[in-house]
Amino acid sequence: MKTSRNSLNQTRAPVYEALENFRRMRVVPFDVPGHKRGRGNPELTAFLGQQCMWADVNSMKPLDNLCSPVSVIREAEELAADAFGAAHAFLMVGGTTSSVQSMVLTACKRGDEIILPRNVHRSVINALVLCGAVPVYVNPEVNQELGISLGMRREQVEKAIVEHPGAVAVLVNNPTYYGICSDLRAIVKMAHKAGMLCLADEAHGTHFYFGGGLPVSAMEAGADMAAVSMHKSGGSLTQSSLLLTGPNVHAGYVRQIINLTQTTSGSYLLMSSLDISRRNLVLRGREVFHQVADMASYARQEINAIGGYYAFGRELMNGNSVFDFDTTKLSIHTRDIGLAGIEVYDILRDEYDIQIEFGDIGNILAYLSMGDRPQELERLVSALAEIRRRYQKDAAGLLSQEYIEPEVVTSPQEAFYAEKESLLLTESEGRVCSEFVMCYPPGIPILAPGERITAEILEHIQYAREKGCSMTGPEDPDMIRINVLA
Amino acid sequence: MKGDGSMEMWFSEFHTPDVKHSMRMTRHLYSKKSDYQQIDIFETPEFGRVLTLDGNVMLTERDEFIYDEMMTHVPMAVHSGIRDILVIGAGDGGVVRELTRYDRVECIDLVEMDPMVLEACRTYLPGNACRMDDSRVHLHFENALRFIRRREAAYDLIIVDSTDPFGPSEGLFTREFYGSCYNALREEGIMVNQQGSPFYAEDARAMQRSHKRIASTFPISRVYQAHIPTYAAGYWLFGFASKKYHPIDDFHPASWKALNLHTRYYTTRLHVGAFWLPAFLEEMLEEVEEKNAET
Repeated sequence: MKTSRNSLNQTRAPVYEALENFRRMRVVPFDVPGHKRGRGNPELTAFLGQQCMWADVNSMKPLDNLCSPVSVIREAEELAADAFGAAHAFLMVGGTTSSVQSMVLTACKRGDEIILPRNVHRSVINALVLCGAVPVYVNPEVNQELGISLGMRREQVEKAIVEHPGAVAVLVNNPTYYGICSDLRAIVKMAHKAGMLCLADEAHGTHFYFGGGLPVSAMEAGADMAAVSMHKSGGSLTQSSLLLTGPNVHAGYVRQIINLTQTTSGSYLLMSSLDISRRNLVLRGREVFHQVADMASYARQEINAIGGYYAFGRELMNGNSVFDFDTTKLSIHTRDIGLAGIEVYDILRDEYDIQIEFGDIGNILAYLSMGDRPQELERLVSALAEIRRRYQKDAAGLLSQEYIEPEVVTSPQEAFYAEKESLLLTESEGRVCSEFVMCYPPGIPILAPGERITAEILEHIQYAREKGCSMTGPEDPDMIRINVLA
Repeated sequence: MKGDGSMEMWFSEFHTPDVKHSMRMTRHLYSKKSDYQQIDIFETPEFGRVLTLDGNVMLTERDEFIYDEMMTHVPMAVHSGIRDILVIGAGDGGVVRELTRYDRVECIDLVEMDPMVLEACRTYLPGNACRMDDSRVHLHFENALRFIRRREAAYDLIIVDSTDPFGPSEGLFTREFYGSCYNALREEGIMVNQQGSPFYAEDARAMQRSHKRIASTFPISRVYQAHIPTYAAGYWLFGFASKKYHPIDDFHPASWKALNLHTRYYTTRLHVGAFWLPAFLEEMLEEVEEKNAET
């Protein structure tokens, strides 16, 4: 079947088909993996199922090789590129982290500047540690009432471009974890005019390529590269992802960059899941995401009717820092019932057996997707109503601030590898941090290597821990001590 | 084919992956798939007509009286002021039939997600559905969680007649649901629910989970039992959760007897006896009650 926007036959799934053929050939394995179709590991086979073990095979001629695809993987990548409107697509097996890192490593070398919002995922700054590029942060606007970072304003991006004309790329979250989009088309134009690449972190935006009434996707907006978490809204297995490139990026060079860090034993479970999910998205995505958006919209109405909670939506749009809003996202502000988001998150899990995506200081996010049904949504809404009835208290004294402007003293790579000393966190004010500090999820750094530790940051960390956020990043897992530049 | 020319046709239901219960059936009367489930009604020589949802027996004409009487007369005999009742599930009508026997009942809101269950039972199980047209009965076809979220201190009794906790009724075994019931009950209100069977391991765990949730929601939470041949292990439990009344201490047999209601299973002596549980079950319940006390 050819749909109007696709030029290839999107009912095909070449990796999946090759695996099915391979199974029928009953080839005798004298190669890895050593479990030999599961026979050597009966307990694991009983747990995962025979079908799954059969698909866990090695690269070979009939199944192609992810490091330099020439047959079925290449076809799957061409189909994915066609489906997403990209010049080239790469199947990725190291999570969207690997897509983001390959994107940054393709665009930047040591000493290059890259313009990006501070609320990027840790994988972006990790990539800067690897390659030695220097971040130029554009402060995302903050919605004071909700305490969330929004998108980048056009003027702020323009200012960063003017002040750093030598920067090589602009990176944009499309959308943020909360579903907020910057004016991507305009930012692409500005970047291109200045001779810079535009990169998009679309970890939370896979469905933009297939839904109606959703924000513009990176490829459609003309961005040069996009990291797409197929395993989030796309329905594929955890750790599978896509890296998309536009016509101005040399695909062969991107492949070399990917191969610097990618496994040479790419999982066929992950690759076939990408293949089958891409087919499903093309054939049924529009209808599916319409239903998801309807469910999210219903849930917003019901939750806002409870009182105290604020499930926000398109009313936040302001033409600039909230240029668009992803209506499939169900983000809920909880501070007015007197509970931090992380507290509601914990109560939902501990007392109601409901696991949501994350809770931060002021908000929670329930992730809705193609697998959801109305009856589970009713449970979530009722549980929120019950939490309000049982736990509501005075909201006074709850902090709202989520965004703290960083002071970058040195590049993440220099700071990470520099001579350092270990200090008590409480005695570290004024020093330059050499490691990450973040709440997880959502995994957005509070401190990145090379940034100044301020009183405000220490207060935020202390407060987030009191409310039950789990902090990750530092060498010291209890985060009593922190590494700073000597 | 058997010698007499009739067909050998059996309905089987797995009570566990290793135990199944079968009834010979003679005629398939109704088979339709609704938006929520597969609905079947068939005729059996031993149990009369049988209603199944997704292949699970909901009721048989032969033993439904046990379930429907125990779900209704126990709370009605404890709280003499019950006038406004919410019934959840129970689309077959058996619970409503028992409740409408009380003159003092003024309003019965019946919330059933699936209108097709009701239609099927009206046609093929008139013995159960016979009082669905009583003027005090108000039908609401919607999700029970959604319905009850909007009610506060509106009922004296809530009867939760759900299917098992692994299907479309899963939401009726949750803490958010029990909390919403608490909120929808008046100060003297009672909630009765079908609590599953304690015998087979998976059923027992589900029963413990829901008891734990109810016991952490209501100040009084007791479990009572009945023998129901066509349910798993033939052994069934009910939950009695209450804001004020204790099922035995506040039970006045004489005033219920004065109503002169004829019943086939429930008696005022059995009322008390049903709350005396075997040792293994007492232990299972105490185990989760203690955990509550700790948290």
